[in-house]
Amino acid sequence: MRLNVDIKKKLMNFELQTAFYTEGEVLALLGASGCGKSMTLKCIAGIETPDSGVIELDGQMLFDSSRNINLPPQQRKVGYLFQNYALFPNMTVAENIAFVVAGNKAEKKKIVAENIRRFALGNIEDAYPQRLSGGQQQRVAFARILAAEAKILLLDEPFSALDSYLKWQLEQEMLEILERYDGAALFVSHDRDEVYRLCDRVAVMNQGYIEAISTKKELFENPQTMAGTLLTGCKNISKARPINDHMIAAEEWGLQLHIAGGVPKNLCCAGFRAHFFELADNEMAENTFQMEVVRVIEDPFSYLVLVRAKGTTGKTLLWDVDKVVWQKITAGRCFLRYLQIKLY
Amino acid sequence: MDMSPLIISLKTAFAATAITFFIGIYMACFVVRMKHFQGIMDAIITLPMVLPPTVVGFFLLLIFGKRSWLGQLLLQFDIRFVFSWEAAVIAAVVVSMPLMYRTARGAFEQIDKNIIYAARTLGVSEWKIFWWILLPNARQGILAGIILSFTRALGEFGATIMVAGNIPGVTQTMSTAIYSAVQADDDATAFQWVIIVVVFSFAIVMLMNYWVNYKARNQVFAGAGK
Repeated sequence: MRLNVDIKKKLMNFELQTAFYTEGEVLALLGASGCGKSMTLKCIAGIETPDSGVIELDGQMLFDSSRNINLPPQQRKVGYLFQNYALFPNMTVAENIAFVVAGNKAEKKKIVAENIRRFALGNIEDAYPQRLSGGQQQRVAFARILAAEAKILLLDEPFSALDSYLKWQLEQEMLEILERYDGAALFVSHDRDEVYRLCDRVAVMNQGYIEAISTKKELFENPQTMAGTLLTGCKNISKARPINDHMIAAEEWGLQLHIAGGVPKNLCCAGFRAHFFELADNEMAENTFQMEVVRVIEDPFSYLVLVRAKGTTGKTLLWDVDKVVWQKITAGRCFLRYLQIKLY
Repeated sequence: MDMSPLIISLKTAFAATAITFFIGIYMACFVVRMKHFQGIMDAIITLPMVLPPTVVGFFLLLIFGKRSWLGQLLLQFDIRFVFSWEAAVIAAVVVSMPLMYRTARGAFEQIDKNIIYAARTLGVSEWKIFWWILLPNARQGILAGIILSFTRALGEFGATIMVAGNIPGVTQTMSTAIYSAVQADDDATAFQWVIIVVVFSFAIVMLMNYWVNYKARNQVFAGAGK
């Protein structure tokens, strides 16, 4: 099941220009709110119409502006999971599923029964959607999509409106469903953790444009672009310029850093994660600086320490320290004088 | 006492409401789906509600009168539209339609768009979406629209008297009967009709309040599982 998308659409503040393909995997579109992720899904589903381009699913043209093809959503066989699940409020669970099944009564009955069993909805098949929990609604929505024989799943920020406990439960259910589902899925989210747990590959989207597509491991190790760096949760970012092949000047921090892997050609910024620090005794090791503490913020399971290299006046660096380690430092059992920044 | 005004009023109101129901809902659907000129279309459809009924009556005479193209055509078939019961129905339709249209439109717009998008992506035809999703989920608003347009049709006076006249036993409704009775200094008859109209209208408004409360108690779920 291959999905090919290459579309353009003028939006309010920018032009949506997305090109990607996905085949039998869970591909995430990771981007900040309002970057055009959901719009991309809506174009694929036929809810919105792109200005130009092509959308091809499983060898069938869903949209092709040059040949004037624009299939109605009914003929696209695309399963769209809405954030609020969009169950039909005037129908029971079984009716919700039966309503979208094509075919005669006997076939309908069979497919409904199949999906009710598959998603363990037996005890709620006669309930109306408003009586169901979020997890149950999600399962019904999936059952309905599979009963309609969708060829691909489009998941539009399914957890973003939920509190963290419920979100975790629903995510577990989603993970299970996706593991059993062997087709392709597109998952739209702005949450890096969610994306990492649920997806195989990640497309980073910024202002309507897909900046990079890579496996999730590659992306989190080396995000390549500024948007990717921010979206993967990197807290320390500074403008930077190359000094030589292995040294850069991170201007906003007033630091010169050694890059073991070599300085990339189109360098504009440097960034590293808040837990890439290690205590050091002296300045001998690479990228080790004398630091002074500017501010300490307590998090539930760690301390967030804002530090600055001694003698500089630049932007502070965020250091995410384990509580045990920080308590040792404050108790005077070890000293915070030097910090090494572990770069790869 | 001649009960014909009551019967004519009810007949007219029922016929007008039946026509209004279909046209109003169709217009509501049509305008909700419009991409351009929605505002203009809405204003045109709503206009009869805010215009003086005499203006509506005047326009109807322009359209259906003897000198009009349509009036001439109807005369060929020996149909005299002006001062007929049918004219009373048309007048009632024109003035009550905006009420049906507006309430139905409000009800349609309150339905979560995602539900309709979901139905489409799940392969449900537009026709089925309308009958099985839009209508059932807008039924409270549509019921309110029916009641409002029925009462409006029942009480119609201005446009009716202009295009249908006030012919006892043919086009004389309760409203025009009160007018005639007052003109003839027949306070007793006027009183009778006034009381009937007030009781009737009161009952209908009570019925609507009951529906609104019923709706509040059984809040129609139209969204998410939160």
